[in-house]
Amino acid sequence: MAPISVDALAALVPDGALLAMPPDNSLPSCALARALVRKGARGLRLLGVPVSGFATDLLIGAGCVAEVETSAVSLGEAGFAPRFTAALKAGAITVRDATCPAIHTMLQAAQKGVPFMPLRGLIGSDILAHRPDWKVIDSPFAESTDPIVLLPAKQPDFAVFHAAMADEDGNVWVGRRRECALIAHAAKRTLVTVERMVKGSLLEDERLAPGAIGATYVEAVAVAERGAWPVGLLDEYPFDAAHIAEYAKLAKTEEGFRAYCERYVFADRAVAAE
Amino acid sequence: MSAKPEERLAVAIAKLILDPAAPPARHIAVGAASPIPAAACWLVRKQGHPVRLSLLHRQRGNPFTEGTRELFDLTGQGRIDLFFLGGGQIDGQANLNLVGTGAWPGQGVRFPGSFGSAFMYFMTPRTILFREEHSPRVLVERVDNISAPGVSPPGVFRRGTAQALVTGKCVFRFDAARARFALASLHPGETVESIRAATGFDFDVPAEVPFTRDPTAEELSLLRGPVCDEMLETYPDFCARVFDRKAAA
Repeated sequence: MAPISVDALAALVPDGALLAMPPDNSLPSCALARALVRKGARGLRLLGVPVSGFATDLLIGAGCVAEVETSAVSLGEAGFAPRFTAALKAGAITVRDATCPAIHTMLQAAQKGVPFMPLRGLIGSDILAHRPDWKVIDSPFAESTDPIVLLPAKQPDFAVFHAAMADEDGNVWVGRRRECALIAHAAKRTLVTVERMVKGSLLEDERLAPGAIGATYVEAVAVAERGAWPVGLLDEYPFDAAHIAEYAKLAKTEEGFRAYCERYVFADRAVAAE
Repeated sequence: MSAKPEERLAVAIAKLILDPAAPPARHIAVGAASPIPAAACWLVRKQGHPVRLSLLHRQRGNPFTEGTRELFDLTGQGRIDLFFLGGGQIDGQANLNLVGTGAWPGQGVRFPGSFGSAFMYFMTPRTILFREEHSPRVLVERVDNISAPGVSPPGVFRRGTAQALVTGKCVFRFDAARARFALASLHPGETVESIRAATGFDFDVPAEVPFTRDPTAEELSLLRGPVCDEMLETYPDFCARVFDRKAAA
């Protein structure tokens, strides 16, 4: 599989698509998020697996997003996600609140190809009260009354994330960040940015294979050096806390957010076109 | 040695962890924004108690190899004994609101979101609630939105709930059968009246309310030495502020 450009990867995502994305500590593709902003994506539905961070806030701020389903949106130490909060207040996005294991469970159901899976907890929470798509049944296996929540399978249109490397067969390597494997297994299509291409097959190295995601799931790969930035990539580069703090400050206002994008998102176009 | 407020809180939480009346804490999980609970857990470990600590946001040496799902699967099986939760609002029945104030989903002040609370609070045998800010806007009579309920009706599967609520002003114990907090100890400078004034919910007050005790010299030297060593990488700002220790560049 020959790698394509990040902007070509973004071009594969139609408006309105449901995108599953890992959080800031688990290999989001911030490079692809920037490319989606440059392309002027609209109406995207984002699924935070199981929470959302910088890339989600960026896409919301740029007007790319219609809906967010997640268990939390935050910039970590830099505080609340400003564009998410502003869009929620303005009614510009639909927010579907969940709880972390519910998102895992819905994806696991999709991964198995079954229509639903049960999950404990949740009963009596307003999260459940606001989810008409989640049902409570009495466990058919219990001897006495045992209410339990059923969650429908959730099959994203796309899984998107940033891997450390890809081989020429299209296998990608994420190490222990297995939520990327979960979304790749559950989604219809998987688009991956990678730090670098490597020779040979990741699946033939017994030490690398357990951290790999097989090419079966991967539709396209783009090389994006420092593609997770400003978040970190495993032990290769750290979370850029100063940059996230700068973003959090600028993105407090619409005007500041636009200035941020001019500087860090659209200025990328020249680089991406090279 | 005089203790900083954060050190006193860590020692108070360590005492709750080791409470012989509570279910045993063999495996404790600690979330991201929790340096004081993390310090309490490390203190318990460094005092020689055999407890397994899973620090969720530790980059190097993170306990999980199968993604964040693993924490919830372990908890689902009952293999996490103790977890910490907070909330933008906490009410007198130990309901937690991590979603936001006003109409759903937080049309007033939006908080980040519920994270795993709607599952963890049910499935962990005990939860220590921790929120440094002790004010009527945080400790409310009734939360605007329930991320995770403090108690459940009979028949709903639930392993446990809040053991206690630790704030910057006091420690409350939670009585699940009555769905009610009782004042357990006052931090120095506080009175029953000052706690009432700062708390939006009603609570019980025993005849004698002790002060939250001072950390011992041994506890302080553990906190400032080996506990800080363990926390430096994950919580550099906290270690610099509380323990006057900077991470090596």
